This record gives sequence, structure tokens and C-alpha cells, in this order.
Amino acid sequence: MQKLFRAFLRHPSGRIGLAIISLYLIAALLGILGITPHDPLKLFAIDRLKPPNATYWFGTDLLGRDTFSRLMVGIKQSMIIAFSSVALATLFGTIIGLLAAWWGTLWDGILMRIMDVLLAFPAILLALLIIAIVGPGTGTSVAAIAIVYTPIFARVVRGPALSLKQRDFVDAARTFGSSQPYILSRHLLLNLVAPLAVQVTLALAWALLTEAGLSFLGLGTQPPTPSLGLMLAESKNLMTQAPWLMIFPALTIMLGILGFNLTGDALRDILDPRMERREA
Amino acid sequence: MNYVVQRLLTFPLILLGVSVLVFVSIRLVPGDAITAMLGTEAGLLTPDQRAALAAYFGIDQPIWSQYLRWLTGLFQGDLGISSVYGKPVLAIILERFPLTLQLALMSMVISLSVGIPLGVFAATRNEKPSDLIVRMLAMLGQSTPSFVIGVLIIYVLSVFFGMVPAMGTFTPLFVDPLASIGQLIFPAITLGFAFAASVTRISRSAMLDVLSDDYIRTARSKGASQRSVVWRHALPNALIPVVTLAGVEFGYLLGGAVIVEQIFALPGLGRLVLDAITQRDYALVQGTVLFIAFNFLLVNLLVDLAYVALDPRIRIGSR
Repeated sequence: MQKLFRAFLRHPSGRIGLAIISLYLIAALLGILGITPHDPLKLFAIDRLKPPNATYWFGTDLLGRDTFSRLMVGIKQSMIIAFSSVALATLFGTIIGLLAAWWGTLWDGILMRIMDVLLAFPAILLALLIIAIVGPGTGTSVAAIAIVYTPIFARVVRGPALSLKQRDFVDAARTFGSSQPYILSRHLLLNLVAPLAVQVTLALAWALLTEAGLSFLGLGTQPPTPSLGLMLAESKNLMTQAPWLMIFPALTIMLGILGFNLTGDALRDILDPRMERREA
Repeated sequence: MNYVVQRLLTFPLILLGVSVLVFVSIRLVPGDAITAMLGTEAGLLTPDQRAALAAYFGIDQPIWSQYLRWLTGLFQGDLGISSVYGKPVLAIILERFPLTLQLALMSMVISLSVGIPLGVFAATRNEKPSDLIVRMLAMLGQSTPSFVIGVLIIYVLSVFFGMVPAMGTFTPLFVDPLASIGQLIFPAITLGFAFAASVTRISRSAMLDVLSDDYIRTARSKGASQRSVVWRHALPNALIPVVTLAGVEFGYLLGGAVIVEQIFALPGLGRLVLDAITQRDYALVQGTVLFIAFNFLLVNLLVDLAYVALDPRIRIGSR
């Protein structure tokens, strides 16, 4: 584990990625604790549309709210949605993929065809369909992103699980009388940690992107809760008078996605050099 | 040929699954369909009128019979009637589809013509500064969502060039090709930006793979020039993964059009889905989602078949 971490730090993308993610996690944590320079919802009526200055580091918006504080809370919102949706997708995708591989034949066919049906939709469209049914909101965003990524995790797990199932050590475990849950968790899952780790990091990047996209469309986090996508969408009409309202949210979104992408790439290089070729 | 047969057989099966999913999910919407259709005016209906309407739309039937009716309709090109537009859903879709298709095709052309040369260039300069720069740019490009690029493009155009990209209007390609392409050029760049970055990365790694193959060494030892080795011998094989990516991505471009059409206020299919969702026009949501998923599946099927034709190795083993 320590060796892995050192290899990760030697990797240039790994170092930069980790630095960015740490920065975002700190911002999110401060956002959760409510430690922001100003109240993100408070309207400083006399300080409307102020450019960046010593008091308002990233300026203020049309209603006189502090952009920097709003970005911090926006990052918190994005991170919570991204982490919880990816956690759900990893959990369900892994279970489905493992069971499909372990049970084989009929169940494999049924489970994976259901996953194929979910994969038949462009991601954003499936998310929109779910929002159309349930209505927009934080919980819906989490559910929508989780459902979109579950089949991807199922596929990532099923392939390697199928080949692990044939290996001698699994047969050996069976002859020793190990229980099925033990074999599944101990022998299959443990060997799948590497491909899963890579997929989780890349999925986090996509989840951040999708969350920002949904709130950009007005179908994600609902106002007055600050969200990065919504801040960017709102900046559109003011971009000539108040470009800071657009530039800071845009950079915040980009940098966050970049951080997870860089980390995912570094992990892939270190954990499994063969995966480089199959990247998509 | 096992794989091709299997692929052709699962296609209708998945399509059926998609139709069930779309149908059922729309039925999960809370509240009854008549209230959804008429909004507050539904309260003015007498019970008799309500029953008559339910019978007219067939929603008094059990759900499986509603589904079968809907499915038979699908085969006859009947996707239902939009409650907002009062027109057949298919007619509205076909009206809006040309814009989205042209947008997706244009962004595909842009990304491939930027990404492939960049990727090949980087591969031939492996680990040199120019390769590192291309890789960094590609990484950055892949991490930039379309809505960020779109907003930035509008900002740069309006502040530095004093121009506003044509918004809200669309001239069909066959009416005035130049105007049509001109109107969609910035939206197409927006939509294709991240994809160009993926193409760059894939072509680079595919090219690196191929360049280390034995047959390339043979070509070099026979005295073929670097240019001929890269473009004539290596590129055709390096393109195989790029083709697959392009096929898969085409469907995502259709989906991504939702956001880009929203930014540039273009009356395409993506905008239609979004409006249908906010206006709670469920027949339209159902129809458009199904239509896009169908196209997405069809393109993936065609790409897989093309892949088999391009690479004989796949014909034997399954994936």
C-alpha cells in the first residue's frame, strides 16, 4: 500500500491530481462546516456586482452575494452528489457484475441484458428521463447519476470476475469448503480492487461533470442552494458586465474534473499498464 | 460469424427492453395522466368527461394492454400525440432532427480532423516536449464540459470580436448550405471539443501500439520513409479503435446536443427533450427519448459490424 502511494506520488499526473482533489475536499469540508468568508446566501445589497477585491475575493453577483463563498458551498454540493452517486453505482454495479459472473449462464444473460438496456441511452438522456419522472433536486441527481453508472461498473467487474472464477485458487477454495460469500468477497472482489479503483476515480470526474451539467440546465440542485453549474448558467446574461461571475465557476468546474481525471490516469498507469490501450 | 449473428439477435431484444423501460418509467410519474396533460384545467372536468378522455387515450385499460397498443403503434410510426403541440410526436421529432443530426455530424468531422493528426503527431514525437504539450492539452480538453466551452466561446466572441453567434435560428442545409453550416459552427466546436481531446488520446496510444509492431519494422527496414510508414502503413490499423470510439461517441453527441442546443438556443431535438420535460409533455418525452436511444443503438450496431469487417480477428472470438 505504501509502495503504491509512493509510486503514485512519483507519477506527475498523480501528484497534480491529488493536490487538486485535496484542495477540493478541504473546500467541501469547510463548506459543510459553514466556514466561508461570507454567508453564501446573504445579500450585500450595496455591494452588488462588485469585481474581485480584498473583501469579496472573487467578486459579488447581481444580488450582492459573495462568489467565493458560493463557490465553496457549490464545491461541497458537487462533491457530496458525486461521491454518493459513485458510491451507490460502485456498490450496485459490483454486486450485479459479481453475481452475473458467479451464477453464469441464465442469470448472467438476464442481468447483463438489463445493463445493456440502461447503456442504450446516452448518459445525460437517461439522467433527464429519471428527472422527468421524479422531479429535479439533489436526491434525484444522486439517483440519476448512480443509475447511469451502475451498468458501467457491472461490466468492469463482470469481465475480470469471469476469468478469476476459472482460476485454480478459486477451485481450491471451493474444495476447502469455503462459503460462497467468502469466495466472492475474499478471492474475487479483492482481486478486482485495481480495476475498480481506476473506474471509481474516472466515474467521479464524470459525476462532477454530469452534476454540473444538470444544474446548468436547471434540473439539478435547486436555488437558492449554490451549485457550480447553476452559477455558470446564471452568469451568461451578465458576462460582459461581470465576467468574474463566469470565469470562476468555469475554472472551478474544469479544475475539479481535471483533478479526478489526472488521478484516474495515474492510477491506471500504476495499477494496470495494460489498460492504457483500452481507454475510452 | 457467430458474433455477428449474436449481435443481430440481441439488437431487437435490447430495443424491446428500452421500449419497456421508457414506457414504464413514464407511467411512474406521480399523478394521473389526464391531470398531467391538462394541468390545472383538469379540475374543471366532470367525472364523465374524465372517463371519456381516459377511454379516448386508452388509459382506462390495464398497463400491459396499454403497452401492447403503444408498441403496435410504434411499428406503424405512431409515437402518440404531443399534449403541448397537439401534433403527432413523430412529426415534431422529424422536424427537429435534421438540426441535431447536422450538429452531431459537424462536431464529429471537426473532432476527427483535429484529433487524429494531433494524436499521430504526438505519437511520432513520443516523450518529447511537443508530445507532452499535446497530451496536457488533451487532458485539459477532456476535462472541459461542453457548457463551459460554450459559455467561454460566447464570451470571447462577444467581448473580443463584438459578434453574437446566431442564436435561435436555423436554416436547413439544403436551403442555404453556407448559412446553415455557419450557424452551427460554434455549437459544433462546443459539442466536439471534449471529443477531439479523446480522439487525440486514442489515436496517440493506438499509433504508439502499431508503431511497435513487427510489420512496421519490416517496412522501415525495406527503406520506407518515415512519412510513408506513419501514414500509409501504420495509420489504417491505428484507426480501428478510433472508429469504435467515434461510433460510441456519436450517440453521446446526440445526447450532448441537449446542453449545447440549450446554450445556443437552437431548436433541435435536445432542446425538444428538455422543453418536453419542463412542460410535462410525457408523450413527447417518451417519443424523443426512444428515438434518440434507437439511433444510439443503431449506430453502435453498425459500428460493431463495421469493426468486424475491418478486423477479421474479432469474427472468431466473442467479446
